[in-house]
Amino acid sequence: MEILLPVIIVAVIGLVAGVGLSLASKLMAVPVDEKQEKLAEALPGANCGACGYSGCEGYAAAMASGEASPDKCPVGGAATATAISEILGVEISAEERTAFIACKGNGEITKQKYGYVGMQSCTAASLLHAGPLECSFGCLGFGDCAAECPFDAIIVSDGKPMVCEEICVGCGKCISACPKSLISLIPKGHTVTVNCNNKAKGAAVVKNCGVSCIACRMCEKQCESGALKIVDNLAVIDYSLCNGCGKCKEVCKRGVLI
Amino acid sequence: MSNTTIASILLASILTNNMVLSKFLGICPFLGVSKKTNTAFSMSIAVILVMVVSTAVTWPIYNYILSPDYTYLQTIVFILVIAAIVQLIEIVLKRYIKPVYNALGIYLPLITTNCAVLGITMLNITDGLNFVQSLVNAFGAGLGFMLAMLLFSGVRERLETADIPPFLKGLPITLVSAALVSLSFLGFAGIGG
Repeated sequence: MEILLPVIIVAVIGLVAGVGLSLASKLMAVPVDEKQEKLAEALPGANCGACGYSGCEGYAAAMASGEASPDKCPVGGAATATAISEILGVEISAEERTAFIACKGNGEITKQKYGYVGMQSCTAASLLHAGPLECSFGCLGFGDCAAECPFDAIIVSDGKPMVCEEICVGCGKCISACPKSLISLIPKGHTVTVNCNNKAKGAAVVKNCGVSCIACRMCEKQCESGALKIVDNLAVIDYSLCNGCGKCKEVCKRGVLI
Repeated sequence: MSNTTIASILLASILTNNMVLSKFLGICPFLGVSKKTNTAFSMSIAVILVMVVSTAVTWPIYNYILSPDYTYLQTIVFILVIAAIVQLIEIVLKRYIKPVYNALGIYLPLITTNCAVLGITMLNITDGLNFVQSLVNAFGAGLGFMLAMLLFSGVRERLETADIPPFLKGLPITLVSAALVSLSFLGFAGIGG
């Protein structure tokens, strides 16, 4: 019987604490914003922090209080953005974005400077005289970006990495993996892309690569909306201005605008 | 009870018997949360709060319920009570002082299992302090924890930019510098009783 009293003491203290807590949680319940709960449910729940908040819960709270815009979740993509916009009752301009590699050259189209034998990595190759290609701006094709992609959206075939736009969620992780800074995020459903990154003068460029921008300015003249500009001997598209007419593609003689 | 004893208890619990650096309790948050000064500060405030409140509850429980026959129940009962109190504090803060709740964030629930809190409530009993002295001791221990956290977060912010040999990077250099900070606190031994 000696064991009985200590058991009762602990049990009673536990009971008092338990009842106290459950009473407190009922009496002092903070009305959680219904909107916030729904938002948290709509989010993927991966807590990756890509939105810039502490997690899905934090992002939901920020959206519920109107601090954050609903298009910050790259994991959920369009489906999540639509669900969120329904809850918030706002139209969102969440355009889906995809990674884009701004080079179409490879070992055949682009001349080789030397035969590279070594670590099969763009970063390693680019350390040796800026890589084996005559064009020091171009894609080296070892697929550092493909290795970085968490969604297997980049496939390397014939020494060229290709982005599969259906799979790509636009997280942007590949951007920092490319030693040549070739990758950028562009809107899905674009009609034209600039497939060259060479900022050298035209004559030198033509000698080295079959698909290269020589800054002839034909596209710039054709562009009615002013979206295409030649900057540093290279065509640059401002997608917020581009109306998708596609006239620039017709005039490009170098096969850069596709 | 004179003012001198209160003062000496406070001084002793902050410096001589510093929770982290002399008694080596609460090392986990000391190493885990001390990377930045502001998180270290939030954590320390939460610790002070919980230490004082849980002392205020555990001291009467020990002296009026457990003592003298069931003192061996001390550990399990204190753990139970502290866990309940931390959750209660969380609920109350969330309801009435939302900014404080937001500032403390994740650190408050973390304290549920903080050995420094259990340590101070049990040390109060072992040292035979009365109720007011216990509260002062708990408050002092919390302040001591804050002092250690702030000092060490300063050290760690300097470590971020220091040129550390590769084999010492990360946890090793943190532990070495924690040992050095702790050594400096040994200099207080003997002051304030």
